[in-house]
Amino acid sequence: MTTQMTRASAPRTVTGKSSRPARGSAAHVGRPGFAWAVPATLFFALFAIAPLVMVGVLSFMSWNGLSEPEFVGLDNWTRIFDDPVMIQSIWLTLLLTLLGVALQTPLSILLGVWAAGEQRNRAVLSAIYFVPLLLSSTAVSVLWRALLDPNFGVPAQATWLFGDGNLFGKQSTAIGVLAFVSTWQFTPLHTLIYQGAARAIPQVLYQAAEIDGAGRFRQFFHITLPQLRNSIITSMILMVVGGLTTFETVLILTQGGPGTDTTISAYYMYQKAFKSFDFGAGAAIALVLVVAATIISLVVVRLSGYDKMRGTMEGMS
Amino acid sequence: MRRRPNYLAGAASLAWLFIVGLPLYVMLAATVQSRSDYSKGGPLSWPEGFTLDNFTSAFDEGFGEYYLNTVIVTVAVVGIVLLLVPPLAYAIVRSRSKVTSLVFRLFLLGLAIPAQAVIVPMFYLISEAGLYDNLIGVILPTAAFCLPVSALVLSGAMRDISPELFEAMAMDGATPRRMFFQLVLPLSRGGLSTIVVFSALQAWNGFLFPLVLTQSDSTKVITLGLYNFQTEHGINIPGLLAAVVLSMVPVLLVYLFARRALVQGLMGVGGK
Repeated sequence: MTTQMTRASAPRTVTGKSSRPARGSAAHVGRPGFAWAVPATLFFALFAIAPLVMVGVLSFMSWNGLSEPEFVGLDNWTRIFDDPVMIQSIWLTLLLTLLGVALQTPLSILLGVWAAGEQRNRAVLSAIYFVPLLLSSTAVSVLWRALLDPNFGVPAQATWLFGDGNLFGKQSTAIGVLAFVSTWQFTPLHTLIYQGAARAIPQVLYQAAEIDGAGRFRQFFHITLPQLRNSIITSMILMVVGGLTTFETVLILTQGGPGTDTTISAYYMYQKAFKSFDFGAGAAIALVLVVAATIISLVVVRLSGYDKMRGTMEGMS
Repeated sequence: MRRRPNYLAGAASLAWLFIVGLPLYVMLAATVQSRSDYSKGGPLSWPEGFTLDNFTSAFDEGFGEYYLNTVIVTVAVVGIVLLLVPPLAYAIVRSRSKVTSLVFRLFLLGLAIPAQAVIVPMFYLISEAGLYDNLIGVILPTAAFCLPVSALVLSGAMRDISPELFEAMAMDGATPRRMFFQLVLPLSRGGLSTIVVFSALQAWNGFLFPLVLTQSDSTKVITLGLYNFQTEHGINIPGLLAAVVLSMVPVLLVYLFARRALVQGLMGVGGK
């Protein structure tokens, strides 16, 4: 963000020679006023900022979707933090998020660095790698639910690998399925991020290392990884934000089950609000998610900066 | 100076090819088989017969209407984004008003708002506005949630326009409006196509807003149709997978013909 701001203000120092340019002086000619930003800002305020404020207000109210909302103080908050399912959902959300980061980061670095090479077949293979990204989360979840169906799916045919075949019947395997499906869906995206970043590493660094007699592993750990630092930060934070808001996968693959064994926070919020019609508690859980996402996104902007993210995009083909 | 092949990464990439390719093969093989052939052979075998019945029956289940609804939502969302974002990005890049830099910060903050977070009040707002179970009620919030990423991407593209061009036009006495139409828009075509693809993907693949804000068949979009199909006919695997294939066909076409714009649009999705 800082870099972006500096860049935005750079022309100012070039043209704005006088410290206090009068209206209509050269510096102001041809500059659009803030009126150009008004329509988009109003629209965004109405459909994103206002609901965000309302989620805070609703978390202190009781509302069943039909009657008028009623102020109940901290009731929703004490209820959700006394609720063992809610506490469990926070731990499950963190567990799934960490599993996602642990599985996807090494895999996508490896694939991204490999795909950044020059051979022709890599372009063809990376085009295939990319296909999971074309599917919506809904389609990915429906696809894997069908493929892993206990009676008609792959586990029923490959019993030597899957045992009784019911991956959705146990907490450990159900969590494994959720982590695997997210990895299947999102590794291509992170691979793209690393591919762009790896292409931008100056070749001269490797040539110098080779002259010094550094082997491939030392080159990887002493040149490639440090040069990918910003991309690793960006990609990991994307994974964390994505993990916190995982919803379709749970709704379609496990329905939070068996029992409440895979009920993560975003899914629990949906259930509270739209299945139990306890919109106040739903709003409180939503606010927990907003706070977590905001803290992490502020970290994104601080640590990596959005223009660095765009910088990695420029290297892509 | 040719370097030795990287065996470890090569092996990982082959393994990944298998992990991505196998499910896609099973999906395509299942969709061209009848239900009984599929149950007999199992998901991993070579398809026995060949039939397109699964696709036609998906349309009998109402997929045609879901397609139409999704197209309406997508076109409307892209339209709103194209109407609102270019002037916004122009102001962010060129305006010297303090208000605009505040606006920019507001949109940066907006990046952090996940749709899940506002879904409860959104339901309240849309119901109060009388737009529940109406496609307009899906279009408006979907478009709003495309704005932060679109504004960032497009203002980034506009920032790359050389300041000398603006100065030259200002010398000729051009108004901000003329600069916008004759200089800024033509020179930010790349950014514009990225935000078009990004918002189209958001609308096409959107699930949460339609799930919560609509209920009847006449307002169903494809993702919701898929979800319903799964809950109602979960054991009709070939039919279900045919529906999945149908849902991705348009995106696949865009992928084939506008790969670069799609990749950048997807990176925008990731940036969300």
